[in-house]
Amino acid sequence: MASTEKKIVPLEFEQPLAVLAQQIEALERQLGDNPDLEGDIDRLQEQYNLLKKSLYVNLRPIDHLAIARHSQRPYSRDYFSLWDPQFMELHGDRKGADDAAMVGGLLNLGGINMVAVGTQKGRSIKEKQACNFGMPQPEGYRKALRLFKHADKYGLPILTLIDTPGAYPGLSAEEHNQAQAIAENLFELAGLRVPVVAVVTGEGGSGGALAIGVANRILMLEHSVYSVISPEGCASILWRSNDKVPDACQAMKMTAREILQLGVIDEVIDEPLGGAHHDHQLAARNLGEAIVRQMKSLLKMSKDEIRIDRQSKFRAFGAFAEN
Amino acid sequence: MDLKEWFASRQKRKELQENIKLPLTTEDYCALWTQCFQCRELLYTKDLRANLQVCPKCQYHFRVGALDRIDQIADPGSFVELDAEMTSADPLNFFDTEAYAKRQKEACRKSGLKEAVLTGICAIDSQPVALGAMDFGHFGGSMGSVVGEKVTRLAEEATNNKIPLIVVSSSGGARMQEGILSLMQMAKTSSALKSYHEAGGLYISILAEPTFGGVTASFAMLGDLVIAEPGARIGFAGRRVIEQTIRQKLPADFQTAEYLLKHGQVDMVVERARLKEVLSRLVSFHDVNQAGKNAADANGAGENNRNGAVKSEQLAK
Ligand SMILES: [Zn+2]
Repeated sequence: MASTEKKIVPLEFEQPLAVLAQQIEALERQLGDNPDLEGDIDRLQEQYNLLKKSLYVNLRPIDHLAIARHSQRPYSRDYFSLWDPQFMELHGDRKGADDAAMVGGLLNLGGINMVAVGTQKGRSIKEKQACNFGMPQPEGYRKALRLFKHADKYGLPILTLIDTPGAYPGLSAEEHNQAQAIAENLFELAGLRVPVVAVVTGEGGSGGALAIGVANRILMLEHSVYSVISPEGCASILWRSNDKVPDACQAMKMTAREILQLGVIDEVIDEPLGGAHHDHQLAARNLGEAIVRQMKSLLKMSKDEIRIDRQSKFRAFGAFAEN
Repeated sequence: MDLKEWFASRQKRKELQENIKLPLTTEDYCALWTQCFQCRELLYTKDLRANLQVCPKCQYHFRVGALDRIDQIADPGSFVELDAEMTSADPLNFFDTEAYAKRQKEACRKSGLKEAVLTGICAIDSQPVALGAMDFGHFGGSMGSVVGEKVTRLAEEATNNKIPLIVVSSSGGARMQEGILSLMQMAKTSSALKSYHEAGGLYISILAEPTFGGVTASFAMLGDLVIAEPGARIGFAGRRVIEQTIRQKLPADFQTAEYLLKHGQVDMVVERARLKEVLSRLVSFHDVNQAGKNAADANGAGENNRNGAVKSEQLAK
């Protein structure tokens, strides 16, 4: 077991694994006094490895949700700094606020200069509060829009990272027209003439996620989720029960693979075993390679083609009958 | 009809009824009479309808179904419906406590409509416009693939014919039962409005009781001009969700049309009796063809934009 692995906070469905890890650890401590234990340790370690492999094969939608929400999962800022130590953050909506739940700046990824924008959850309690737990206010969406327009002006491709429970439901958010801020982003993103790649890295929560998700290519990390409403909201409205969150997760088809099947996204990116939080660097490398590959192919299109490509993609979404 | 006439006619009907003394079942009674949500006055349903579903006593604006709404706005007989036969599929095979397919049937039975929006071309004081009206009575006015597709096609129709576009929204938001595809309708409709906007179109969005969630956060808030109906509740997040999140009481008039007006979110609040007249005036005030030419002159890319819009449409087909 790598030493960093022990620090990972196990999820509920990972408890059997955590118990084994504890047993191994206890035996290792006694190993000095009793060298005979080595065989037991090896056996347990083998069990551990087998269990770990099988545990992640048949995850339920609710398990993916738990991984997507893991407090140690890499956030937008982590990816930006892992990809580019020179990442230059740009602040503010130019209208009176700098929403910490939305970060953005100038990023060089794989040799390509781009404008990167992402929702940001906080790690410490203080950060979490400053970021509203990753729920942007209208000011955050307007900051993102300012950066999108900047990118369009200078012909820089755009990367967005999505990890948000949704747009912030608050008094000032409504007074400052949260709905209009989201709608305007959908409207303006549709008209951009530079390539846009969006990645759902954790939670893709409803309109608050889509507001930075109108892209030429949409990718999802293996354990990320994307839904029209939070599973808690869905369970309370349709089942009138908080116990039905697992059913809501299942019914909404919100996991990366299901959404790929529905044809809404272009690619699912593998995560390190157990989730991106087990190895930030490996997760960032895998994702970075996929983004660069997608960007390179989009950069071959003309400005008009890029726009038509994005509009046609969204034009085709929907399932209905006519007769 | 003014208040006096209305009361007089109501009095007459009352007397008539007392004279006939027909035994009314509870159901008949409910169909005949409507109690005002606001002032509690008992109103004769037929009269309420003749008064555009507005309480003559307190001016409370009742919800209006899509068919009635079109009657109130369009010149008589001018409305030609588009995509009348379009119906929802069930892309997720969605099942909560009931199958989505069954809920759809139930919604159709209750509303008498196939979906939560009616779209078409009509005239307002002989001026052609593309008109869409949502119906909260059908599945809470929720936006799934059909609502998204019909609104998108209506915007495309308005773009191609260079006519103004009017959409009356009334919706609880995106339809959960179609999952992520419902969410994508927000982007689809907004994208169509972007092309319409660049072609110089005039889009008037009317927000009626209630307009929330994914509908507000897409086409309902993208009007060149935005009108709200008196007392209508309009917002992104629901009042209860906000109260639970911030753990404080919200102002009584929070998320009402008047509150939105005060916070700069709508151009005007227009009572229903004046809505057609206001729309007619707004449409005649703005020359859509001129705006298209201006947009083309302004950036030189206007011609490209129009070509782009046509191309993307062809691709979609
Ligand atoms: Zn009344």
